[in-house]
Amino acid sequence: MSDFLKQNYNTLLVLAGTSLLGAAAGLIGAFAVLRRKALLGDALAHAALPGLCVAFLLVGGRHLGAMLVGAFVSGLLGLGVLASIRRFTKVKDDAALGIVLSVFFGVGIVLSRHIQQATMAGSKAGLDSYILGKTAGMIAADLYLIAGAAAALLIVVLLAYKEFRLVSFDPGFAQSQGWPVGRLDLAMMALAAVAVVIGLPTVGVVMIAALLILPSVSARFWTERLGLMLFLSAAFGAAMGFVGTIFSARSAALPAGPIIVLVGAAIFLLSGALAPRRGILARAWRNRRPLEPPPLAEEAAT
Amino acid sequence: MMLAISDSWLLARNTILVGMVVNSACAIVGCWLLLRRLSLLGDAISHGVLPGIALAFLLTGKVTGLPILAGAMLVGMLTAFLTQTVKEQANVAEDASLGVVFTTLFAAGVLLIHYAASTGRGQVDLDPNCVLYGDILFVALDLGRTLPTMVGMLLGVAVFTLLFWKELKLATFDPALAAAVGLRPTLLYYALMALTAGVAVASFEAVGSILVVAMLIVPAATAQLLTERLSRLLALAVLVGCISSAIGYALAACWNASVAGMMAAAAGLQFALAVFFAPKHGLLSQALQRLGLRLRIAREDILSQLYRREEETQRSAIFSAAQLKAGSAPHWSSIALAQLRRRGLVVSPTSGELVLTPAGRQAAADLVRTHRLWERFLEENAALPLDHLHAPAERIEHFVGPAVQRELAEMIGPTGELDPHGKAIPAAPSPAK
Repeated sequence: MSDFLKQNYNTLLVLAGTSLLGAAAGLIGAFAVLRRKALLGDALAHAALPGLCVAFLLVGGRHLGAMLVGAFVSGLLGLGVLASIRRFTKVKDDAALGIVLSVFFGVGIVLSRHIQQATMAGSKAGLDSYILGKTAGMIAADLYLIAGAAAALLIVVLLAYKEFRLVSFDPGFAQSQGWPVGRLDLAMMALAAVAVVIGLPTVGVVMIAALLILPSVSARFWTERLGLMLFLSAAFGAAMGFVGTIFSARSAALPAGPIIVLVGAAIFLLSGALAPRRGILARAWRNRRPLEPPPLAEEAAT
Repeated sequence: MMLAISDSWLLARNTILVGMVVNSACAIVGCWLLLRRLSLLGDAISHGVLPGIALAFLLTGKVTGLPILAGAMLVGMLTAFLTQTVKEQANVAEDASLGVVFTTLFAAGVLLIHYAASTGRGQVDLDPNCVLYGDILFVALDLGRTLPTMVGMLLGVAVFTLLFWKELKLATFDPALAAAVGLRPTLLYYALMALTAGVAVASFEAVGSILVVAMLIVPAATAQLLTERLSRLLALAVLVGCISSAIGYALAACWNASVAGMMAAAAGLQFALAVFFAPKHGLLSQALQRLGLRLRIAREDILSQLYRREEETQRSAIFSAAQLKAGSAPHWSSIALAQLRRRGLVVSPTSGELVLTPAGRQAAADLVRTHRLWERFLEENAALPLDHLHAPAERIEHFVGPAVQRELAEMIGPTGELDPHGKAIPAAPSPAK
């Protein structure tokens, strides 16, 4: 048994890290989806790329901690720019999101190509893995960092559960009861930012949004209760990380991000098909013989 | 590899040309997406065409040509359809369903491309990096193969826009009316999605499938800050796209960096410039407008104060500058006073004293007339107590033009010679003058 542990120490470490990461992202992602801010995570991830590169240039190498701090800072800068565009111009929300996402990413690409040409093959794989994700080749220290952040995130969410729940479902009521809705929103966003940033090395910039969105959207099929939904969302997220890591370990040439996302997509499809009440099969079974004709008013309205 | 000067000049020209063609096509489609608030669907489609490209490559062994274009258009419509389906079936907000669809399609696309690259099928290598980030220099070196598709796409987009101008306009600005007159907005919607996918595919070789979205949205959003006319919006968006292409290439050449990334950055730079310096909606011009308004209010407050003092003392008042009520912004009122002197509305016979000139008196009388007419109007129509009439009139007097003033006078009628406080309402300036 101890031989097994020793031989597979790295694999187990990676598995634990990615599962914990998936669970944390699934948990905070559920709040982001409920709050209709799911794609902010996407913008944040894209906006993080220039920060990763700048940190790489400043530190002069692949130092995970520094790069994650850089990613966090430039991701938040991106969100700040997004908020400013909304506040000060007439550009609509969706376009503002698209602008921040694509321009920051463009700058990030410029910087990362520059780094690749400047440092040549030595660290080439290093930066590319941040765009499409990579699970192999992580050292233990990296994973302790990721796992520690993920665990901290889980604890904060559990502690602030009541407040987050209120703000997610009825921000107006929360406001009227004197809860600091703006600050709670900001806290949720910051936690999502932490989840996104620590997920970047594993899932990559382009698809990290899936880690926030897919688990909670899948969990939504199974239950109407928030507590259960959060639990399922975290479980699905952990499954994405765990199964995705196993599959991606089989082929080092493939980026890990797409594999993890496709595992999540499979969970989503299975949930959509099989969930007991809201699943497609269950609904088809319930609707097998329509009891009453559809109301005419609805037809007229369409 | 060293390129001779003439070669590198040719390469630069070709690269910028390709960039301009790609950017123009994207900008035109982007305008329609932006106006219909479909920017994010455009983002999703540009990610979603990736599996289409990979499949078409696996089937035909080529990365350009009609089959890929057709396949991509189908995938584009499929993305829109899937997003709608997920939204309805999973009962989630649109952004979450977009997130589900585009990440899944993109993930499938990346894996398919890696698979396609590993099989090494076809005449051309499919380099995953190339598909994701584009290689416009490579495209520019092989214009004979690549340009026809891109120019064809641009022409297609332009013809579609011109041909369905009226329909697109109506469906964009008044979808309900468009449906009512039988324009089939759904059909138009899916046609737009197909076009989006088309330009995404035609562009991916040059700029990669991730950065297409910068070319779609940013020029259109920049143009939106500069104009409110649809035809100018399209023209400006194309212009911004072309400038991005030229500046992006120049910067990339200086820095030896990614051309596509620099084009996105150049587009972002133009957007930022427009945010600050746009003639009407720019932050700078808005700040100047606010400053102008403040100064005008400060000037008008000084004039009306001088007028009232003259009224009280029954003589051409000499008013010491120190007595001026500074109002909310003291430093504005000293600038405003300087402006009044320069315009010849106020003079200072001795220092520290202010006197209205005839022109100044007339302007002041007009203001006070508005103020007192408004007080009468409020008294008669709003049932406010006497001591609540001054404050609203003080606010509104700066914003009532001659037309409204005339209307007020007509509503109050020929009895309107005194205001509610018993002070005379100055007469309207005689039209003979």
